[in-house]
Amino acid sequence: MKKKQKKTDADYPTTGHEWDGIREYDKPMPRWWLNTMYITIVWAIGYSIAYPAWPLLSGATPGLLGWSSRGDVKAEIARVNAQNAEIEAKLLATPMENIAADADLARFATAGGKAVFQTYCSQCHGQGAQGFKGYPNLQDDDWLWGGDIATLETTIRHGIRFEADEDTRYSEMPKFGEFLEHEEIASIANFVRSLSNQEHDAMAAEAGTELFAENCSSCHGDKGTGDREQGAPNLTDAIWLFGADEGTIEKTITFSRFGVMPAWQGRITDAQIKQVAFYVHQLGGGE
Amino acid sequence: MSLLDKHKHIETNASVLLALSFVVVAIGGVVEIAPLFYLESTIEKVSGMRPYTPLELKGRDIYVREGCYVCHSQMIRPLRDEVERYGHYSLAVESSYDHPFQWGSKRTGPDLARVGARYSDEWHVDHLTDPRSVVPVSIMPTYGFLKDVKIKEQDIEALLKTHRMVGVPYTDDMIENAAADLFNQADPDSDYDGLQERYSESAQVRNFDGQADVTEMDALVAYLQMLGTLVDFSTFEPLKSR
Repeated sequence: MKKKQKKTDADYPTTGHEWDGIREYDKPMPRWWLNTMYITIVWAIGYSIAYPAWPLLSGATPGLLGWSSRGDVKAEIARVNAQNAEIEAKLLATPMENIAADADLARFATAGGKAVFQTYCSQCHGQGAQGFKGYPNLQDDDWLWGGDIATLETTIRHGIRFEADEDTRYSEMPKFGEFLEHEEIASIANFVRSLSNQEHDAMAAEAGTELFAENCSSCHGDKGTGDREQGAPNLTDAIWLFGADEGTIEKTITFSRFGVMPAWQGRITDAQIKQVAFYVHQLGGGE
Repeated sequence: MSLLDKHKHIETNASVLLALSFVVVAIGGVVEIAPLFYLESTIEKVSGMRPYTPLELKGRDIYVREGCYVCHSQMIRPLRDEVERYGHYSLAVESSYDHPFQWGSKRTGPDLARVGARYSDEWHVDHLTDPRSVVPVSIMPTYGFLKDVKIKEQDIEALLKTHRMVGVPYTDDMIENAAADLFNQADPDSDYDGLQERYSESAQVRNFDGQADVTEMDALVAYLQMLGTLVDFSTFEPLKSR
């Protein structure tokens, strides 16, 4: 039996190139390499049949598998929604006031509400809902429009002074700089500071008492305790949205302040609105 | 075959090799790129898209000038986490009047493709003036100086014309009234009916920065507040093959 002889270099032809005595063998490609290349060609043909690939006259071939990146994200969102469908339906069917009574529902609402809050609300109200100058703190019990859960839901749904929403909340404090003298405004500011027992000029505050009764009490109340129906803040609680110093209060009276909160209805789902209302309500200040 | 016989000639002649390599690569390029220009499915049919108003376009210029794109992309990818955080994934048609486009996936700051109407104007002014005042962990630079730079009308017509040259459908009417539209959009007491007639009701008219003058801050906030708000997604039906 003759054993198959392994080819030696000498058995191969050369390309005929020669440079300074160096010649180049003309050896075939290794089998494994060629086979791999043939497989990739077959794979590419199969791939272009299975997936969207070839441009035609009015569109591209859709591929036998019907895959699309947009379909993928739709399916992925549908999968997650389906996981939550049962409890979400329950959340939607449960009145806001009764969510807390159901431990499962409360957990779902708190977790989901926190995610919504971090995504959409924290930029203004802060990561911990502590608020910033001009953006209300949601942890305390001082509310402009009310801190019960139904009111919170309405505020989130329709926003504040958000013109695109017909049911948005409006409170229009006049710019008193247009019809009061600066001195009068300063006395009102002193009176307002006296309401929460802060340092003030007693003489000026005395003068401001009547001015307050004439100009401010119809919204902020005779005692300055505010009116949630109109979104008029309580001035007696020493909690300030824009600042407590006399200058800031004078500025508020002179030019007024019109904070805006976007309406979230339409941008987030009804279930998300309920979740985030529940989340904010249980932060500490809920009524 | 005759071409194969020329193999040695091609391989040993650098110029011919270069020229023919270019032809081969160009075929690949043409097959991949050319269809995008004629396939109707490339650009979705949606309602609501319009060119930028002069003020928004000015704001967009400031956005590009200040390099906002270095940290912020305007392209929401079709992935669940992005869609849930930023909103509906971006459509090609939403960038059709963008020169240059603002796509990207490197995000030092959040994607801004749908930042419009998400925050109040005051928030944008506060945040641009001092980002740390509302987002303590932010590393964004401050842009308070925009409030002090008044908008000038001198080059606004040229700006619109330039955009028309590269394909944005600005009409003669829009270009003629560019200067008026530029200032009217930031002044709710002005006669802005013409502006909304030309650019549709989706052109928001407000005093964006709360100051009497029309400043670069007005322009930038006007631009940010319209981002991603044009397309009516209630009527949008994605094609099956996308």
